[in-house]
Amino acid sequence: MRHTISVLVENKFGVLSRISGLFSGRGYNIESLTVGETIDPQISIMTIVTTGDDQIIEQITKQLNKLIDVIKVTDMTELDHVEREMVLVKVAPKQEDKAEVLRLAEIFRGRVVDSGLTTYTLEITGDEKKIEAFIELIKPYSIKEFARTGKVAISREGVKKK
Amino acid sequence: MKLSGAEIFIECLKKEKVNTIFGYPGGVVLNIFDVLYDDKDLKLILTRHEQGAVHAADGYARASGKPGVALVTSGPGATNTVTGIANASMDSIPVIVFSGQVPTLLIGNDAFQEADIVGITRPCTKYNFLVKDVNDLSRIVREAFYIATTGRPGPVLIDLPKDVTSGKADFLWPEKIRIRSYNPIYEGNRWMITQAANEISKAKKPIILSGGGVILSGGHKEVKELAEYAQVPVTMTLMGLGGFPGTHALSLGMLGMHGTYYANMAIQNSDLIVAIGARFDDRVTGKVDAFAPHAKIIHIDIDPTSIRKNVRVDIPIVGDVKLVLRDIIKILKEKGKIQWVEIRKAWLKKIDEWKKERPLTYQKDDIVIRPQFVIEKIYEITKGDAIITTEVGQNQMWTAQFFKFDKPRTLLTSGGLGTMGYGFPAAIGAQLAFPDKLVIDIAGDGSIQMNIQELATAVIHKLPVKVAILNNQYLGMVRQWQELFFRERYSYSHLDVAPDFVKVAEAYGAVGFRATKPSEVEPIIKDAIKIKKTVFMDFRVNWKEKVYPMVPAGGAIDQMLYEEEENKPEKKLRAVK
Repeated sequence: MRHTISVLVENKFGVLSRISGLFSGRGYNIESLTVGETIDPQISIMTIVTTGDDQIIEQITKQLNKLIDVIKVTDMTELDHVEREMVLVKVAPKQEDKAEVLRLAEIFRGRVVDSGLTTYTLEITGDEKKIEAFIELIKPYSIKEFARTGKVAISREGVKKK
Repeated sequence: MKLSGAEIFIECLKKEKVNTIFGYPGGVVLNIFDVLYDDKDLKLILTRHEQGAVHAADGYARASGKPGVALVTSGPGATNTVTGIANASMDSIPVIVFSGQVPTLLIGNDAFQEADIVGITRPCTKYNFLVKDVNDLSRIVREAFYIATTGRPGPVLIDLPKDVTSGKADFLWPEKIRIRSYNPIYEGNRWMITQAANEISKAKKPIILSGGGVILSGGHKEVKELAEYAQVPVTMTLMGLGGFPGTHALSLGMLGMHGTYYANMAIQNSDLIVAIGARFDDRVTGKVDAFAPHAKIIHIDIDPTSIRKNVRVDIPIVGDVKLVLRDIIKILKEKGKIQWVEIRKAWLKKIDEWKKERPLTYQKDDIVIRPQFVIEKIYEITKGDAIITTEVGQNQMWTAQFFKFDKPRTLLTSGGLGTMGYGFPAAIGAQLAFPDKLVIDIAGDGSIQMNIQELATAVIHKLPVKVAILNNQYLGMVRQWQELFFRERYSYSHLDVAPDFVKVAEAYGAVGFRATKPSEVEPIIKDAIKIKKTVFMDFRVNWKEKVYPMVPAGGAIDQMLYEEEENKPEKKLRAVK
């Protein structure tokens, strides 16, 4: 099963390598990984999406907890939570398709963040399903460049374990 | 007054009560070596290879329970420590390695003797540091010792760039230390502990599986108390030997691939396993799906990741084994009078039958020296009162089988990593920790050649370490596998060109003996012990000898091969994969 794991870590050099090394060294898979500072600049938050059966996920969370620089590990999948990711996509639609591309962006509540003579760059935010759906629909319009952030996640207020 | 980084380093070691370190100099650590030159309180043992330095520090730590310290230079000096560090990591030994590094400004420039040792050792240390500012040095050293020695112990590496050891700073020593992201759990969960006590009192066929964690935590008295109080037989992992007296009536010796018949049978037929500070290594469990099919498992370990990593666990208890066992014993005693002896009678009788059915044996011989005979003689002559180190392979397994370890920290052996070349430098480290104790490395002719250069270290420091080489002119364990599972195709396992170990010893200024007949074994061991010098004993042993019982890799641990099946071809076929 796929799990989204949120990890608070010390904001030091080498921490990312310790985490990624843990996954590669033990043969676990990372589907996506995001890192950013928290309100406290000494602490970073990582959101890792990984898959595995219960035993593997248990090992992953325990092994993460065991790393000296890890402050807190939360398996978001066990909680009621909100997930978001963002894509930036540069498309070069034919003249007659331009309106359709803009409409698609609108339907997905995206924004045009850059436009040139031949391209639009669109920004779409949402959960995985929405992002996947958007990608499917935008594919026919000649994608030039594509960038995807990976997930970030946060728990809802006052939630307990599912 | 400001001190140099090198001086701060030395002060830190003294604050940590270190008086012996192992090391090897080189370009970027000369600042430190220059300060050491004048220091009267801190002794550096110059090994002849950095790997030897780390193994010696490791042996020092295992024997004494105090952290071992090594100091090496950058680049090749640092990379040579990697095997020693990985070895300490697998066996949870508190070793602190200080490596020199090129000046901070040159880091990343592929400078002379530069290696990214922090990157290289990241997966095999408990933690590692690169010191970038001399002002951080004392705090980092403090944290390193704290991390290495608390929780599940392990090696820590500190990389010291040259400009950090030459830079100046005030020496500030943080007395108290707290790392917010590192809080080992020592007290076990009360509810789980109660459950465990209940299971122990309910079980009909319980067994204690005692591991290296018992020795690391100093919980050997508690294991004995629990075993005796609740009449539970005890088997040990290789790392756990000495955690419970090997001569005790409740001892079943070692279990696993080369474990005793009765330990493996007891595990497979038990209804409750109390695993204490053990991590269910594949050499212990054999085929996991077939491991202890009828048993509930209580698993006590300070490292949560050890629990449910390899086997299913019914009652997990994270905590220090010593404290957890005390709690369990207390609850058991509060339960009032239980007729333990009566309850366990049938189970212990069954185990006795297994013990009689297949004790550990080997062919007695008047003509050729049997390696097991040498170990039995060492045991008899020393009466078990010695620190024994081993190399890896047959020598290690026969030692585990035929030497009865009654006390913790008397067997130093490379369990997890299986490092040939560990035993001799480890013996040097142990001898430095206990100058008056008898320290014997039981070696093979293959393993001893992997760190034989440390003869110089032993001789120059007048260390009376004894090395018993079970010389069969083969990489014996490799040969054994090739005989049993590879149709006797002895591919590259024959060490037919070997040095004359007696002459090698003499060339270094040590003493060398050789025994070619069984009758020579005892006198040579006695002489070696009498001489207060480093001694090599070259025992020419039966080259065909194999370690039995043996569980073929991937088999269930009650599917063992035995010595008496040697000449039955149909039995041999079963083992061929």
